[in-house]
Amino acid sequence: MASKYPVSKQILMAVNGDEAVAYAVKQSLVDVVAAYPITPQTIIVEKFSEFVANGEVYTEFIPVESEHSAMSACVGAAATGARAFTATAANGLALMWEILYIAASLRLPIVLAVVNRALSAPINIHCDHSDAMGMRDAGWIQLFVENSQEAYDTTIQAFRIAEDPEVLLPVAVNLDGFFLSHTLENIRMLPDEAVRAFLGGHRKVHKTYVDYLGKEVEVKLDPANPLSFGPLDLYDYYFEHKMQQIEAMKRVPEVIRRVNEEWYELSGRRYGDGIIATYGVEDAEVIVTVLGSTAGTVRSVAKKMRKAGRKVGIVRIRMFRPFPFDELREVLKDARVVGVMDRAISFGSYGPSYLEINAALSELKSRPVLVNYIYGLGGRDVPPNLVERMFEELLDVAKAGGTAERLRFLGVRGNV
Amino acid sequence: MSERREEHYGLLRFERGRHYEMPLDLNLRRLAESRRPAILPGHRLCAGCAAPIIVKLASLAFRGPTILVNATGCLEVATTIFPYTSWGVPWIHNAFENAAATASGIEAALKAMKRTGRLGYERVDVVVFAGDGGTFDIGLQALSGMAERGHDVLYILYDNEAYMNTGIQRSGGTPPFAWTTTSPAGRVLPGKMQEKKPIADIMVAHRIPYVATATPAHWADLIRKVRKGLEAEGPAFLHTFSPCDRGWRFDTNITIEICRRAVDTCYFPLWEWVRGKGYLLTDRSLTIARNPRLKKPIKKFVEVQGRFKHLLKPENKHLLKQLQEYVDAVWEDLLERAVNAPR
Repeated sequence: MASKYPVSKQILMAVNGDEAVAYAVKQSLVDVVAAYPITPQTIIVEKFSEFVANGEVYTEFIPVESEHSAMSACVGAAATGARAFTATAANGLALMWEILYIAASLRLPIVLAVVNRALSAPINIHCDHSDAMGMRDAGWIQLFVENSQEAYDTTIQAFRIAEDPEVLLPVAVNLDGFFLSHTLENIRMLPDEAVRAFLGGHRKVHKTYVDYLGKEVEVKLDPANPLSFGPLDLYDYYFEHKMQQIEAMKRVPEVIRRVNEEWYELSGRRYGDGIIATYGVEDAEVIVTVLGSTAGTVRSVAKKMRKAGRKVGIVRIRMFRPFPFDELREVLKDARVVGVMDRAISFGSYGPSYLEINAALSELKSRPVLVNYIYGLGGRDVPPNLVERMFEELLDVAKAGGTAERLRFLGVRGNV
Repeated sequence: MSERREEHYGLLRFERGRHYEMPLDLNLRRLAESRRPAILPGHRLCAGCAAPIIVKLASLAFRGPTILVNATGCLEVATTIFPYTSWGVPWIHNAFENAAATASGIEAALKAMKRTGRLGYERVDVVVFAGDGGTFDIGLQALSGMAERGHDVLYILYDNEAYMNTGIQRSGGTPPFAWTTTSPAGRVLPGKMQEKKPIADIMVAHRIPYVATATPAHWADLIRKVRKGLEAEGPAFLHTFSPCDRGWRFDTNITIEICRRAVDTCYFPLWEWVRGKGYLLTDRSLTIARNPRLKKPIKKFVEVQGRFKHLLKPENKHLLKQLQEYVDAVWEDLLERAVNAPR
């Protein structure tokens, strides 16, 4: 199918992942950007500050005094009916934690770029997913991108997803620190008008019926129709409000699929079905699941091995929250062994996506053997030879029909 | 139907496209007849609490469309138990320490929407109400950031001198020797052992356009200062004195009397600081400065409050003296700085 904007009508730019996000925000008619600098997110705010300084955007940029205030200001802005964006990483995300829950629970469609970085201590500026995993229960939609092109595309899509009246939840777009944020890549940008049309212009605030006003009104801080946001809510209503968040999450996959397809029609680019992206899984004995930029390495190794006749496949999980239980069960059910790669660990337990996939497969009568690989903590490199060794180990597990060693560590001293 | 509902609930509604410029009025009877306060009847604040009086008086100074931000605290909890609300204007509570940051975001959003022709009003004021915990302590960073960035927000502190919402724990706003549940008057320690953080002076040090102090007893002074704070272009800070009968241990009918005694003893002087003009004493505090014989001993303030009752014991005479010295020092310091104090 021909896309509405063929490659020839798109703008080719050499940018890093952070700049790709900044350009996406620039085109998305964002009213308020509130952000605090933290490596490796800084380029996003630096680039955006240039747009502001040069009058290229109408956006109010708030150079807040902390990440806690960044998210707090986004909550205030979004409650006023504005489109709001912020970006952070690691400790900055940890400092935001309290307000992440409030943003989601007030159903504010804020978009947050998380440039994934390891949490302290020891202090480390490089990539892992421990920051993102700390917010997985906060009520946010979490998307993980593989490259800078996808960072650009997904940041724009995130506003559509967040603001969809069926959703009304904030979205975190995760891109791997340094591997994407600081690495130059050719990306294709849509013209401004295409992005604006895709988003339907400025943010439209959803309406709801308010009994004491006797009519449907926009849900925002509006002097014409006064509403109270963030009231005390005790045992008589809190649970029902949480149920509404649970229900909203259920509607997310359908919206993400739809947005993924619409973007494809516009740009010619899509990322699997928007939820997971697979390669070689149809006849695979061994399938590896992975989040983020490492998917590129794993896929290239899988391609090489498949050429050599090895039955291996890969599933990249693009949508981590809500977690795609059904989609993964469907794609993994016939594999003999599934290797689950996690760039984070829950100390005293397993990697976060391993626990989820275990739950996804629990309903199967005969289930694949699951092995959890913790990799790349603190930015530790995962070269192709290491990935190939992992596949070989998993093929051995398939041959043996099982393993006692369910939790393995990739590329760490003493265990390699 | 909707008109009747509005009438019934007493909401303040401002039509889009119309310009509002509500005049400053200091005639209480006329105000009561013509103005609706932002806070509606039916809230669950304690009898004798000064906070709703402060909010009510402050809202009589509003110019037109106004959005309120409330830090976590008594005022927030007691006015909004879902599905009820006591607020007749748009109101948001985000968290404890971030009222100033939330207000920053609102103010920025209003600017961006105005710039793109989507606001519908010529001007929307943003006002914060926050307690002493949310201002002196946990919210200080966000407040300082808001002040430094110059957001056009009026921040009104209602200072009841302890964490009252959680059960009377000491804060940076608690005065020396006051009993609280985390600074109890024990056999060894006679209440809080530290002084009160000079929060309004800290805000003056930010050199924002307008800083002032006020009490609900000196209501015309308070209303005038709220209006000045709203009219100031940029951040303004109003430190209001908010007696708490539960926390300070006094009878519910003397809240306003305690405010008067706080000012008469110079424990809580009334002043304003205007950029370019400096400190100016106002109302009763100016009168006292001109006629120092009117200044009452601190005992007059202390003797009606259970939180200070240990100071009245004969063996604690020296503590009362220390408290007097502390109050005198702060007052003398203010007199030296106030440009309208007699020399």
